[in-house]
Amino acid sequence: MNSRQLPPYLWTIALLLAVFIFNAAFSPGFFTIEWRDGRLFGSLVDIVNRAVPVLLLSLGMTLVIATKGVDLSVGAVMAICGAVAACLIAHPQGSLLKDFQVESLAGIIAAALLVAVVCGLFNGLLVAKIKVQPIVATLLLMVTGRGIAQLLTNGQIVVFEHPEFQALGSGSWFGLPSPIWIFMLSFVLIGLLVHGTAFGKLAAATGSNETAARYAGVKVDSIKVWVYVICAVCAGIAGLIGAADIKAADSNNAGLYLELDAILAVAVGGTAMAGGKFTLVGSVIGAILMQALTTTILTRGVGAETTSILKAVVVVAVCLLQSPAFRESYRRILGLGRAQA
Amino acid sequence: MRQRLPIIATVVVFLLLYVAACFRFEGFGTLRVFFNFLSDNAFLGVIAVGLTFVILTGGIDLSVGAMLGCAGIMVADLITKFHLHPGLATLIVLGFGALVGWTQGMLVEKFKLPSFLVTLGGLFFCRGFSLWISRESMQIDHPAFSELSQFSIKLPAKASLPVSALVWLVILAIGAYLARQTRFGRTTYAIGGNEASARLMGLPVSKTKVLIYTFSGFCAALGGLVFALYTGSGNAVSGTGLELDAIAAVVIGGTLLSGGYGSILGSFIGVMILGVIQTAISFDGTLSSWWTKIFIGALLLIFILLQKLIERSVRAN
Amino acid sequence: MILEAIGLRMGFTGVKALDGVNFHLRRGEIHALMGENGAGKSTLIKCLTGVYQPDSGQLLLAGEPYRPSSPQHATELGISTVYQEINLAPNLSVAENICLGREPRGPFGIRWKEVRQRAKAALARLQIELDVNAPLGSISVAHQQLVAIARALDVSCQALILDEPTSSLDRNEVDQLFEVLRRLKSEGMGILFVTHFLDQVYAISDRITVLRNGRLVGEFVTSELPKLDLVSHMIGRSASELEAPLAPRSLSAGSTFMSVEKMSGSRSTQDVSFEVSPGEVVGLAGLLGSGRTETLRMIYGIDPIQSGSIQFGNRRRSKLNLQTAIKEGLGLCPEDRKSEGILPDLSVRENLMLVVQNRRGWWRRLSRKEQQETVSNFINRLQIATPDADRPIQFLSGGNQQKVLLARWLAANPKLLLLDEPTRGIDVGAKFEISNLIESLRQGGMSFLFVSSELEEVFRSSNKVLVLRDRRMVGELTGDEIDQNRIMGMIAGNPE
Repeated sequence: MNSRQLPPYLWTIALLLAVFIFNAAFSPGFFTIEWRDGRLFGSLVDIVNRAVPVLLLSLGMTLVIATKGVDLSVGAVMAICGAVAACLIAHPQGSLLKDFQVESLAGIIAAALLVAVVCGLFNGLLVAKIKVQPIVATLLLMVTGRGIAQLLTNGQIVVFEHPEFQALGSGSWFGLPSPIWIFMLSFVLIGLLVHGTAFGKLAAATGSNETAARYAGVKVDSIKVWVYVICAVCAGIAGLIGAADIKAADSNNAGLYLELDAILAVAVGGTAMAGGKFTLVGSVIGAILMQALTTTILTRGVGAETTSILKAVVVVAVCLLQSPAFRESYRRILGLGRAQA
Repeated sequence: MRQRLPIIATVVVFLLLYVAACFRFEGFGTLRVFFNFLSDNAFLGVIAVGLTFVILTGGIDLSVGAMLGCAGIMVADLITKFHLHPGLATLIVLGFGALVGWTQGMLVEKFKLPSFLVTLGGLFFCRGFSLWISRESMQIDHPAFSELSQFSIKLPAKASLPVSALVWLVILAIGAYLARQTRFGRTTYAIGGNEASARLMGLPVSKTKVLIYTFSGFCAALGGLVFALYTGSGNAVSGTGLELDAIAAVVIGGTLLSGGYGSILGSFIGVMILGVIQTAISFDGTLSSWWTKIFIGALLLIFILLQKLIERSVRAN
Repeated sequence: MILEAIGLRMGFTGVKALDGVNFHLRRGEIHALMGENGAGKSTLIKCLTGVYQPDSGQLLLAGEPYRPSSPQHATELGISTVYQEINLAPNLSVAENICLGREPRGPFGIRWKEVRQRAKAALARLQIELDVNAPLGSISVAHQQLVAIARALDVSCQALILDEPTSSLDRNEVDQLFEVLRRLKSEGMGILFVTHFLDQVYAISDRITVLRNGRLVGEFVTSELPKLDLVSHMIGRSASELEAPLAPRSLSAGSTFMSVEKMSGSRSTQDVSFEVSPGEVVGLAGLLGSGRTETLRMIYGIDPIQSGSIQFGNRRRSKLNLQTAIKEGLGLCPEDRKSEGILPDLSVRENLMLVVQNRRGWWRRLSRKEQQETVSNFINRLQIATPDADRPIQFLSGGNQQKVLLARWLAANPKLLLLDEPTRGIDVGAKFEISNLIESLRQGGMSFLFVSSELEEVFRSSNKVLVLRDRRMVGELTGDEIDQNRIMGMIAGNPE
């Protein structure tokens, strides 16, 4: 007998397929993918492309949630990194970074991601060393982050011109939009880091029972710092793509509420909100599902507000499904007897 | 004494900021500017009263900002489109706020869900619901409503107290009374001190927690009404990010995020500190608006570190 | 008779926590309830106070049948409980803690003046003076305990249940508490008192009820029961029974792996000194609460060492943290496997490989094949009952979870393994299996520090036995000195 569990994201896939079929039924050609001007076009490509920022955020968020944490600051970190990149390229009037000029693409990316690492360290140290609750610790950067981004850009929307950098957001390589490539690269790298090494196991151990992991010798504090750094770097990459896409850094709106979307994607993907077992693949499917739903609602012309309400329902439903208290009560109602203690 | 440290720090910070601003900017020290703090921040202050109760139990309510926008657009819609009397519309909106709060409370308490996730759902719901009502900002045209928004108690030195400020002061008094003089309030503190103990002491923990979230939803809706009165209109997206300001005000006001310690009056001073920072920055003219966020963030960091220090020394005892 | 239980039965999935227990508490007596881990003490108390509903049996209050539905209900009926963990609000004042939930109210809400007066009156009844305005968290643990009693007495209370009230008190504080208890007894109250300190039982109690494995062993008059008999009733072996030890009593004198010198911790065990050689099993004998777990926690670097030192080879350490302890080759199987041992939602394999993997480092992940080999080896050797290695450990029975935790460390081959009640809740066959495993690993050079409530196990497996009593090390026995009679005598505090 084999009790290897079915992947927790099975019903997420089922839902995703249902959404696809629904779309295909109403808009013929939903599955059509065309080759035009040297790249692929089609609804599916579009959905994935649009989902990339949340996809990236949900990778990092999955690891943070696996350790029983949460990172509310990712949206703000996106804004900061976008602002750093934009200011380095355009060095606008009144910006704190106006005297720094970086031409090379690598330099810009490195500088922005370095800032992301600092943000992640700040979160991680507050959580792991000073033992501030994760919501509170990351709330801090969530509040301050947008202020810092505005400080960098002097409150303007910094518009820039840098073809190479813009290509990160709106270009296409080998027939696919470049953001999708960047996401796939990040996914592979993080997947390797998490599952190719023991990092993922130890992070899950930390989230499952921190005391037990510590007694077994796991350096839980270092693991926590690392997951926040990884999460911030993912946010940084998402911020760069976002800025490159619109050729501008908008400190007020870049990544606004995306932290919530990312948490949602992770939850929908089947990672336990209480820490422990996690699945990167599930989060990826979750993020695509959320984007597919949004796109569907928009193309049906129902209006964006429905997306919000839907997200609310999904968040509560997923939490309820994961809640032992809820399971117990519906079991009682259905007369299925008591759950195993 | 050690537990009083945060609130003392809050008062000291307020006085220092206020006095410094008075010296720095001409006309800052007038009674009129002071009373403007009350009317300009009333919506935030009202929300902070309800949120303080939630944070005192160790929970959090992220839905308050979205509820503010929702209440504003709802009352505007009910008055303009459905031609309801403002009084009735107000009652409906307050009831709605309480209902959303109650639902959140039930989810948190009965199914043991984390409060931040549940109220995150509440945030999405309120935002979606208000956008569904109207995506456009709505003027509120009703004689009774305009009269109410123009009414104010005249005070000496050109100062005045408009209705919004009065509402704040009233809800503040009610909140302070509830927290200090009722079993409900004391149970709130006991839950924050140690929830398991509170249950074993036979206190009505479940009932109190649900009531607290209900009250927070009610206060957020009331804050939305005050904001609508203040701006004369309803807008579905107003109050974006306000939950953070409200949490900051409560924490800077000396309430421990882990629950158990804090006061309604502290949150009042916390809101006033945010008001002083905002007003000072607008008086200055050279400092840009984002400095507000950075100042608030830095202040919040200092207070959180202070709280950790206190927690540690309490534990070491 | 104030409180009675007749033929009480209570079971949890397959385990009989109480099996036909009778209990009688009289007016004006202090009655001690004694027993080791799993004896059923706390289940009995929880049935009496309405936390649990017994499966069968009768409860009588002053001769009338009663069925408390909740602790609140029991309090209303006149049965108040004070728990080991102080269940009060540390952030509120002493006065408020006494009156919380039943504050006197007037037209303007709570009358604080009356609250303070009532609190003062309640404390005066216990003849203690405290600043009723002070926050509870700022007063000593002993005073907090007394405040909890004052709260329990603030309602009309006929029976007072004290669940290990003295475990965090020092001698003077215990004396103060006892004075209060004697006064209450003279007022006619019935007091049920749970403790692990034998001296305290003899100092204060009139009668003793002993439970073991959910069964009633007997009800005794304290003055007529010698300490040694009490210990043997609790441990469940008559002192004359002997069994051949598994471990050789004398080891050829070899090198020392670890030596502990006069180690003491605050609110922990005092003055512990001993040495461990490679290939030696050191048993820690003593009752629950005698400082066994605390000693292991200090050695493993969880709790700070206040004075004294531990020496590994030529490295003397007066401060130790967990990482250093692990680097020195130590491992710990904690007593509370649910909160300190298992990773509930991870698989048996992941739980089992945790230490090995962690020791390998983050970068060198164990291959699936390596894992499979080790895991199936241990599943076979320890007879871990699991459908397969990928099942989340939370679905295994307690005994099997314990075996996985043991395997977690054995797989990593530590130099010294600290075992805190490794056989608790395990069936007899597995117990022998574990004993044999320890012996064979010992022969391979691994050392053990072994804590068990079952004296027989300590006796059978150890090369050396340390005896602890009331958080103090009272003796070290080696070779032929290891004798169950003698150990029991030392645990009971009889002069040699």
